[in-house]
Amino acid sequence: MVALVAMIGAVLLAMSALSEQAAYFYAPGDVKREGVPIGRAVRLGGMVQDKSIKRAADGISIRFVVEDGVSTVPVTFKGIAPDLFKEKSGVVAEGRFQSDGSFVANNLLAKHDEKYMPPELAGKMHKTGTVTK
Amino acid sequence: MMAEAGLAFLWLAAALAMLQLVLGILGVRAGRADYVSALRHVAVLQGVLASLAFIALIAVFLASDMSVKLVASHSHSAKPWLYKLSGAWGNHEGSMLLWATILALSGAAIGLFERHISAAMKASTLAAQAGIAIGFYAFLLFSSNPFERLIPAAAEGQGLNPVLQDPGLAFHPPTLYIGYVGLSVAFSFAVGALITREVNASFARAMRPWVLGAWIFLTLGITAGSYWAYYELGWGGWWFWDPVENASLMPWLAATALLHSVTVLATRDSLRAWTVMLAVVAFSMSMLGTFLVRSGILTSVHSFAVDPTRGTFILTLLAIYIGGALALFALRISTVREGKQFELVSRESALVANNLIMSVILGLVFVGTLYPLFLQMFGKQVSVGPPYFNATTGPIVLFMAAVMAAGPLIRWRRDDGLSILKKLVVPAGLTALAAGALVAGANGIGLLPFFGIVMAVGLGAASVAPLWKRNLRRTPLFTWGMVVAHLGVAVALAGMASDSAFMKERLIAIKEGEATSVGPFSVTLARVEPVIGPNWTALEAELNVVRSGNTLTLRPQTRNFTSPMTETSEAAISTQLDGQLYVALGKPSDDGRWQLRLWWKPFVTLIWLGGIMIALGGALALIGRLRRASVAEDRKGWAV
Repeated sequence: MVALVAMIGAVLLAMSALSEQAAYFYAPGDVKREGVPIGRAVRLGGMVQDKSIKRAADGISIRFVVEDGVSTVPVTFKGIAPDLFKEKSGVVAEGRFQSDGSFVANNLLAKHDEKYMPPELAGKMHKTGTVTK
Repeated sequence: MMAEAGLAFLWLAAALAMLQLVLGILGVRAGRADYVSALRHVAVLQGVLASLAFIALIAVFLASDMSVKLVASHSHSAKPWLYKLSGAWGNHEGSMLLWATILALSGAAIGLFERHISAAMKASTLAAQAGIAIGFYAFLLFSSNPFERLIPAAAEGQGLNPVLQDPGLAFHPPTLYIGYVGLSVAFSFAVGALITREVNASFARAMRPWVLGAWIFLTLGITAGSYWAYYELGWGGWWFWDPVENASLMPWLAATALLHSVTVLATRDSLRAWTVMLAVVAFSMSMLGTFLVRSGILTSVHSFAVDPTRGTFILTLLAIYIGGALALFALRISTVREGKQFELVSRESALVANNLIMSVILGLVFVGTLYPLFLQMFGKQVSVGPPYFNATTGPIVLFMAAVMAAGPLIRWRRDDGLSILKKLVVPAGLTALAAGALVAGANGIGLLPFFGIVMAVGLGAASVAPLWKRNLRRTPLFTWGMVVAHLGVAVALAGMASDSAFMKERLIAIKEGEATSVGPFSVTLARVEPVIGPNWTALEAELNVVRSGNTLTLRPQTRNFTSPMTETSEAAISTQLDGQLYVALGKPSDDGRWQLRLWWKPFVTLIWLGGIMIALGGALALIGRLRRASVAEDRKGWAV
């Protein structure tokens, strides 16, 4: 009985924390359609636009553009990009949208190998029709 | 030939599992002792056949037989032999065969060694075990045949994912699977006890070693997995709250709860229904874990197994087993009479508190892990990460540490609050001292890390308190086990808190010959040179590190594997007495600078040391229990 109450309490706690903490997934097209929650932790996914990766003078910051065939979002990231992060390749950036519409990433997830693509990204890509695998 | 032999062994093992199920059911219904003794041989033979199938798979991998589809798609002839060997289970089919083999071997072990339960219960336990095994054999034979031929044979294999080409793979999945399968034995015992209506203290004593064994292996598997991810993924993190990690944590949480409740049942004959329920939940969690990892429906940094159609099969198995067990539970629970009652202030209550806390954490992890899947059904995509898990489980873990400190000091049946508080005076004093020292010495650390360190000190002191004023030589081994395991939790907690409180990080781009610093170290990038390995080439940086006059050299690499074409980062780690220096090499910039990411992680090693201590504590308890059981049996023998 007590266990049941504790479990229900846990689930309620979880639900309230989830509404605060769950990071929604956006593709550039969604940004164009729905607008963005500024300053909230979200994930942005799409393809890295060709010839868009630019390195800053400090040697560790980069800028690049994420596209999904509908729209584009400029992203800045400070850190070592993952090994498979490259142009014309899939990426998921974790971070926050800024008020100017750009995105500051604190973590980048690239596809793990040629065969792997984050399922959310695959879903979005099929929906917007940019990637045909 | 070898592949066909393996497949034949697998079919035979499956047929024997069917026989085991039928014999078990007949044995229980007809109450025939001869069936039960025949069962033993069937279970042993099934174990032998499944092992032979697994050995056949290892043989085709070691021989790089590219006419076997699985070898061609996951191995390469130029791979070092250790990775050819571990490559046998570093893929979907092979790991499922490993699962089934361990399951069959545990059935054989029940048949051979389990003497503390009635013949009827043994029969029903082995029948339940066979029921689970049949599902996995069907899965292997009809949808994941590891021995499928490739016609025509491939000239060369596609290689193993480089991240998996690591000694960690040889150790991590088998330990986890032994843990998962051990929980299936606990589940079979629970089903057996429900069928034969023998949910009592002696059932708990028979089940306890299996739960302990499974729990030890889960603990080791999770600890090893955490360290592996830490050094291999090159992000400097040791736990990512990744769904795949959560999939192994959830069975562990359930097993930890079960371990404590089975102790109450064995010692005091209380918590009968709850313990049976937990055994069902623990196995459900290991099935769910297998499902999550094997189905590929989750977004994960290490999704190595992506095949949605197979997920349906495992989900169906999960539904049949768990649904069946819950139905049996609902039917028979009214026949499980209530166990003995206990006072509010008692060891029993403390263990119930453990169970509640474990259940709550399990609930939180469960919801966080499955919430994205749930929303996916409505077309929304979210990810739930560290902010959620840390914020929800962190405070509960701190509360747990407080309960853990007091629990072992409380007597069974009844105790008074005052005498417990007296025993806690010293740990409480040390806790206050630690808090004072942190307030004075370390400014601006977060609330969670602060209380983490403080509680770790208190818990550490309280953990050894049960040994005070005792003759250490005469203290039973399982008491030592409890002390070591609880101390291990304090040690791990201290490591986690220290890492997040005092970690220093530097991200920089420097040229050869230039220097930087992190924490107490000054680091010079001497040179970056290409190096060649057996199946990769790499850029290797040579870093000269100086700490108060002592020098050492670190060599982080970025590796390029040829088969398959992949780049990985190999971090260099220097382990010091008071922590680890962790360095990852990044990319070159156009002006000849190299990206370096350096972390100084004070006392981070305590996390895994704590994990090993927890498992060691479990091993001591297991040895202590088994020894006492065999002593008791000898005495019985003498009396007769």
